[in-house]
Amino acid sequence: MSAVIETKSTYDVAAVRRDFPILARDVRGKRLVYLDNAATTQKPRQVIDRLVRYYSEENSNVHRGVHYLSELATLEYENARAYIRRFLNARDEKEIVFTRGTTESINLVAQTWGRANVREGDEILISAIEHHSNIVPWQMLCAEKQASLRIIPVFDNGELDLDAYERMLNPRVKLVAVGHASNALGTINPLRRIIGAAHANGSLVLVDGAQGVPHLTVDLQALDCDFYAFSGHKVYGPTGIGVLYGKQELLEAMPPWQGGGDMILSVSFEKTTYNALPYKFEAGTPNIAGAIGLAAALQYVASIGLDAIAAYEHELLVYAAARLQEIEGLRLIGTARGKAAVISFVLEGVHPHDIGTVLDQEGIAVRTGHHCAQPLMMRFNVPATGRASFGLYNTREEADALVAGLHKVIEVFR
Amino acid sequence: MSDLRELYQQVILDHNKNPRNFHAMPDASRTVDGYNPLCGDHYTIFLRLDGETIREVSFTGSGCAISKASASVMSSTVKGKSKEEAGQLFDTFHRLVTGDASGLSAAELGRLAAFSGVSEFPARVKCATLAWHTLRSALEGTEEKVSTE
Repeated sequence: MSAVIETKSTYDVAAVRRDFPILARDVRGKRLVYLDNAATTQKPRQVIDRLVRYYSEENSNVHRGVHYLSELATLEYENARAYIRRFLNARDEKEIVFTRGTTESINLVAQTWGRANVREGDEILISAIEHHSNIVPWQMLCAEKQASLRIIPVFDNGELDLDAYERMLNPRVKLVAVGHASNALGTINPLRRIIGAAHANGSLVLVDGAQGVPHLTVDLQALDCDFYAFSGHKVYGPTGIGVLYGKQELLEAMPPWQGGGDMILSVSFEKTTYNALPYKFEAGTPNIAGAIGLAAALQYVASIGLDAIAAYEHELLVYAAARLQEIEGLRLIGTARGKAAVISFVLEGVHPHDIGTVLDQEGIAVRTGHHCAQPLMMRFNVPATGRASFGLYNTREEADALVAGLHKVIEVFR
Repeated sequence: MSDLRELYQQVILDHNKNPRNFHAMPDASRTVDGYNPLCGDHYTIFLRLDGETIREVSFTGSGCAISKASASVMSSTVKGKSKEEAGQLFDTFHRLVTGDASGLSAAELGRLAAFSGVSEFPARVKCATLAWHTLRSALEGTEEKVSTE
């Protein structure tokens, strides 16, 4: 307990909130209560200013020009990659490939590693609580290769059935693709056990880290996963930028994905020689500003402290979950022991979409719907849920506002 | 709250709680599914036609208050109407919920008037029109899943 109390006294959420200009705005005449962080996070001034500085002072194309600005932009772009490597404790900068986001990262692996390595009769394992972006690319691959996609089952509390998972492992399993934390339920998956068992079976592991990096410390060398994908915009960075991490020897062996500039060493009409890592996978002018902005976002997160953020968010999660459960007729969907600050809920007699509209009138932003996880909704036998997802700037008062808003919902529909 | 009361008028709350014609119809002449993937609203509309006339309408499924009340009101409104009249009612309804109600009289609107608040909530127009889109495709005889996305 002492650690929690210490965190409370040292975590200055008011100061954090001042870094996010949008949090000062009103929505529908009410102060914005932004609880849709699992969809996208707001951006701190440090990120916004960095983007402005890039476009005001440094903008140029990378890896091409001999002129001053091109060298500067290249330096900043590669500095961003170097910082992201350190932040994630990857072995080498070559292992950090910039993409548009988690979805593109996963598709890249499915289309290159997958097409080269998955054959008829092979199996790919995903879990019952995956986001569509970690389902559909594998369905497409399996359909093309006549491989089968098998689903790790989930218990009623939102935790994966790991014994069942371990029984599913067999020599045909080429890849296990699981989320670090569930966007719909918050469940944090026990990656060490999942990865250890997969490797013992000779299977690779891809981790969808879209909800991992924003809430958890990610040490890629300790984790030992083979691929890790995440998006910048869910961790206080810009949209349109993300990362695919892959172990160097895997990335080296993979065929390139998109063809174009920057991913080649030399081109003739007879033969093209591909560039080295990571450029082999970065065809075309990359999202330079996005990469630089993402590094600024991770620097911002690091300046507050990953452990401090995790402790603060956990405390907020426990508080909000307890307050929500006081509401009659409210049921939490997903009560795993290890959870990121995501709360899915249903309210008896009121559809989540109506909840969302009423809360919106109170300036409260939550997500309602299937959270791009329709199979998961079916598993829990709900058409949709309301979801409040917290970030490093949310407060207990905002959790209270959500509770008050839900009482208003009940008032309207009583 | 005033906008909310405007959206969730008593008629809507009532039809949401006690939807009319809310049952399957085993001997339906047309059955069509309607689906709004954004919110997961999902209804099946059943029709019994007698030539050009809609004899019976019923529906099953689940979704938000707006979509369910709309399906309920639609089912009682078009019952006994001709296909053409039902199509005109959809046009009227569509104009109402998209904020183009000028020139629509109270008599024309009837019970549909309860949905006037929807036009202030553009995100909810799809909820309000799902059942109507489904009805239209049922009337046109396109036995496919209708989606409002």
